[in-house]
Amino acid sequence: MTAVLRVVKPGLLTTIQDLGRPGAIAGGVPPGGAMDRLAHRAANLLAGNPAGDATLECTLVGPSLVAERSCVIAIAGGDLSPKVGGRDAPMWTAFTLAEGETLSFAGRRAGARAYLAVAGGFEAGRWLGSRSTYLLARRGGIEGRALAEGDMLERAVDRDVEPGRSLEESLRPDYTRRVLRAMAGPQIRRLDTASRRAFFGEAWTVSTQSDRMGARLEGPELAMSGEDVLTFGLVAGAIQVPRSGQPILLLADHQTAGGYPVVATVVSASMPIAGQLAPGDDVRFELITATQARALRVEQAQRLASLSAP
Amino acid sequence: MPPARSTQRIRIHPLGDTALVAELGSRLDTALNTRAIALGAALRKRRDVRQAVAAYASVTVHFDPEQTTHESLGGAIKRLAAKRPKMEIPGRLHRIPVVYDGPDLQDVADATRMPVADVIALHTRPIYRVFLVGFVPGWAYLGPLPEELELPRRATPRVQVPAGSVAIAGRQTGIYPLAVPGGWHLIGRSSVRLFLPDSDPPSLFRAGDRVKFFAAPAR
Repeated sequence: MTAVLRVVKPGLLTTIQDLGRPGAIAGGVPPGGAMDRLAHRAANLLAGNPAGDATLECTLVGPSLVAERSCVIAIAGGDLSPKVGGRDAPMWTAFTLAEGETLSFAGRRAGARAYLAVAGGFEAGRWLGSRSTYLLARRGGIEGRALAEGDMLERAVDRDVEPGRSLEESLRPDYTRRVLRAMAGPQIRRLDTASRRAFFGEAWTVSTQSDRMGARLEGPELAMSGEDVLTFGLVAGAIQVPRSGQPILLLADHQTAGGYPVVATVVSASMPIAGQLAPGDDVRFELITATQARALRVEQAQRLASLSAP
Repeated sequence: MPPARSTQRIRIHPLGDTALVAELGSRLDTALNTRAIALGAALRKRRDVRQAVAAYASVTVHFDPEQTTHESLGGAIKRLAAKRPKMEIPGRLHRIPVVYDGPDLQDVADATRMPVADVIALHTRPIYRVFLVGFVPGWAYLGPLPEELELPRRATPRVQVPAGSVAIAGRQTGIYPLAVPGGWHLIGRSSVRLFLPDSDPPSLFRAGDRVKFFAAPAR
């Protein structure tokens, strides 16, 4: 383990994340992990790491980090205007941060979360098999909390990697096209015809009451019929509609069970876009079938295929 | 129960492209819950299943979309559920001390038209079953609560409920393991730790366990 980056400014919410702890859900623990797994994987692969290594998830206002020693890094996901020594740093491309240089972020241009990988992966505390930070239970990552000024980030493995690897521009997601594909949920019939049309036809706005657990959505009035349902197991992407009629899109740190009707579920290929939503963004839902979802998933898996090859 | 009938009742709903919910029924019922737990355990042994989460009367199944589909797995679930579940081994019995001084205790007494002492007596009477563990780490849904104490959730949920709060809603009761938002009625508090971060699963209670509350003096 070697100290590679020192935290000068922590940013708004910068946490260590990996691909989460999917096996823990039956024990009541959310899967957690990177909100945008496509970008997380891409950053790792660009930096020469396995896709599941720990990265830094930087939210809206990124951190300022000083290189304690020369290291190869890659930034993918939302464009928060990364800078090295005041000059634009590349996205979706591995580059060398020389000893003493400062990486900072000048502001949000697209998306909400940038993923920073270091060659060798970040070292951090594990909980239930994952290094992902879970803020509610204060576990995983760096003492279960967001980065703080003065933290020293360590690299798990010292690995020599050539900089320069890049993901072709056409393969990078367009985070400004906020259309989430979703399949009908178990309780979709609780919405009357007009509400169903409104749900899939109109734009929703992400409320300020949104976090890694879920995004609350503001928009058209939805008319729901029937009572709450018997509590059942939930998944990231599920869209609950409580009696208030204000939908909640469940995200990485979601509650594992609940009793509000689920009217739709965002499919896995759209979850990277869902993970890049920020308060104030507008978002739309498009109803698709399981077959269409499968095609989208296959297409998305192929995007990173050029990076996985040794 | 004859297999044919129970098979007929199972409903399979997709939950996105990598999960589904198998619904065995829609009642809070120990027999249904026993079947759901047994079905979840059987499903976890399958190679195409990544995780299976049993709830009151359903199992949410996370599957590998490279290996199966909703239809194919749904068919397998209906066949599995038709089998008679093994006799359930009784879960552990936990005796939990509760200080009955919650902020909603008087409101519950008023709403149910009984003295506070009767609310406490009713809440401590049953041996509750842990129907499922979930929501947030360490939370367990316990029930059934005596009918006399059945109330809808609070109209406005609290932004934050203190950890250790003992609460009721509908035919359910539970203890908040962490400080989280909540809409249940708070009738007391317990110092027993429910979220055990160093255990796996990190929860004192397991589905199928039994819980008996007793009134403890305030300290």
